[in-house]
Amino acid sequence: MERRFAYIWFCHLTTDQLAIRKPELKGIPFVLAAPERGRMVIRAVSPAANAAGIVVGMVLADARALMPDLKMFDQQPGKEERLLRALAAWFLRYTPVAAIDLPDGLILDITGCAHLWGGEQNYLEDILARLSAAGYHLRAAITDTVGMSWAVARYGTGRVIIERGAQREILKAMPPAGLRLAPEILDRLSKLGFYRIGSFIDMPRAVLRRRFGVSIAERLDQALGLVTETITPVQPVVPFDERLPCLEPIRTANGIQIAIRNLLEQICLRLLRENKGLRKSVLTYYRVDGVVQKIEIGTNQAVRNMEHLFKLFELKISTIRPGLGIELFVLEAPIVEALSRQQETLWTAAHQEDTAVANLLDRVAGRVGAGAVHRYLPDEHHWPERSLKQAASLDQQPDIPWPEDQPRPVSLLPKPEPIQVTSPVPDYPPMLFIYKGKVHKIRRADGPERIEQEWWIDNGLQRDYYCVEDESGARYWVFRSGHYDSGATQWYLHGFFA
Amino acid sequence: MKQAVEKSELIAKLQKEILSLQGFRTASDDKRLQFGLGPLENAFPNHVFPTGAVHEFISPGTAEAAATTGFLAGMLGTLMQDKKSCVWISTHRTIFPPGLKVFGIEPDRIIFIDLNKEKDLLWTVEEALKCEALAAVVAEVKEISLTESRRLQLAVERSRVTGFLHRCNPNKIENIACVSRWQIRPISSELEPGMPGVGHPRWDVQLLKVRNGTAGSWQLQWADGRFEHIPVLSKILPSAYIKKTG
Repeated sequence: MERRFAYIWFCHLTTDQLAIRKPELKGIPFVLAAPERGRMVIRAVSPAANAAGIVVGMVLADARALMPDLKMFDQQPGKEERLLRALAAWFLRYTPVAAIDLPDGLILDITGCAHLWGGEQNYLEDILARLSAAGYHLRAAITDTVGMSWAVARYGTGRVIIERGAQREILKAMPPAGLRLAPEILDRLSKLGFYRIGSFIDMPRAVLRRRFGVSIAERLDQALGLVTETITPVQPVVPFDERLPCLEPIRTANGIQIAIRNLLEQICLRLLRENKGLRKSVLTYYRVDGVVQKIEIGTNQAVRNMEHLFKLFELKISTIRPGLGIELFVLEAPIVEALSRQQETLWTAAHQEDTAVANLLDRVAGRVGAGAVHRYLPDEHHWPERSLKQAASLDQQPDIPWPEDQPRPVSLLPKPEPIQVTSPVPDYPPMLFIYKGKVHKIRRADGPERIEQEWWIDNGLQRDYYCVEDESGARYWVFRSGHYDSGATQWYLHGFFA
Repeated sequence: MKQAVEKSELIAKLQKEILSLQGFRTASDDKRLQFGLGPLENAFPNHVFPTGAVHEFISPGTAEAAATTGFLAGMLGTLMQDKKSCVWISTHRTIFPPGLKVFGIEPDRIIFIDLNKEKDLLWTVEEALKCEALAAVVAEVKEISLTESRRLQLAVERSRVTGFLHRCNPNKIENIACVSRWQIRPISSELEPGMPGVGHPRWDVQLLKVRNGTAGSWQLQWADGRFEHIPVLSKILPSAYIKKTG
């Protein structure tokens, strides 16, 4: 596959960043300097300072002589790398493979990316427009190799997008500095009168190697694409795939099942580590007679449950034609999505032979959010609101039996609602109560059941619960908050019995 | 004479076939669940409560809703006998799980799905009804149209899950594709004369509509872990009333 690389050169990386952070510095000449052997040496210059003739490597005192009102800031060590890493992460929107090139460049592998922006021209323009708008001064180039892109971005004079095959001619016109060589080699080249790469590009490699060292031949080959140059992306791309070579060709359905289980186990472990679940999985099998076939499965949402995935594959095993035998299985997960660990607990329901329920809940949780599914267990509290707790998973069993000794309503109001009552005798159930403007005459009553507030949790008043039935037959759970003789008692309706 | 006997046998056979095509299982069909509803079960075709179908319950108010919840819990107790779980779907849930224990269910075997949006409710109900591993699905739906209920009906026809639609205070009651429509109100409990307190939960169960069956009204109470029929006031609804409601 034809590969394309882009190189982005930030001409004034650190000073641009400082000017973005402090807008008042925009257009003002300033430098970044660091102490070296007892004097301040300039490490970075702003575009305005550069225009005035101040260059990197100058001593600050000399620069001040040129321009007395030059502003100086301390250079922070390691700043470039941090900046470049952040920029490279930003560049992941343009390509999955972005690498940093210290001290001030980024290498992008844009193979198969540019067409999404409608061609390399638009792609590059988009990058330049966005970063220029942000305040960076930059130059960029797209060519076939990393070395060539580097050279065109820094020393190119004409086109910045070099099509395939034209790079040799372009390179010939470049100065030797475009080859990323060490300064001493460049010195020697210029002493010998090699001002253009074209003057030595056709020399035998052995001669060049003998005179200028190994690096010059290597750099030339890299720029011309004769040797491949590896880059280290900031975000390593590791595909989700597992391979299982078989010692003996596999021909039986049983053997295929074992192979799939093995592969799924490995891939699920990795998915678990990375908090991901797969949406699509492809099993490719290589037969001994050279035939390569594949079966694939898809899931409604991210899944990393081995049993569930195996069931999906199991349905397709019958379509596999092993022929003389299968010697290699490769399981890939081309589409993976983030999957929280929470969902995993639903799957490992031990008592649930039927994963169908878990599957259903998974789908529900996937659509409406995991917070929608509840299961309750009894908790060791008498206070009604605290008498139950949420189960952490589908298979969690209650620690204590559900209490049955006292009547509990089937329907409980989330918050007790105040009611007005008429109660004749202290500590007796009321005669009637008014709820939502309606008078309920009480015919039968049970109680009271006193429930004390747990002082170590909350210090409120205790409740005296009564189960009452009005003349229409409806049954209610009402309570009086606090002691009767304390004066300030209030009655509440808390629930409805069946 | 012989011909007439053959004819009536043939008609009975055909009727049974039609019923089974409509989703009603005959009594001989595998093991039938004993709900213990007593004479109420005679209202249904084949004299058996139709499982694997959608039933509609209407409650005009909170007290009736609580009674319906109790009645449903009693039914669920039977449906969940074989260790299957049940899903209870609602948007504004007030169910207090410890209160269901009395009706013979382990409250931890019910999975509550609490939704925020009405929009997701019917989707969830349909998905749940499609899931064969469930014993029953209870859905607290306020409004449902004929088309939406048809979808639920189609789902249960395949999965044989029993669905209960509990409609609390619906705006309008229109025909929907359910095998039956119920209304349950609480009525005063009875105790031994002279005894204080509140008795067993007792309901007036009205079967307003039942497909291929007879509508009617019964009084039931839940005592000692099972339904008990109270014969005194039971009566079949006058036909005029049935027409009006159904």
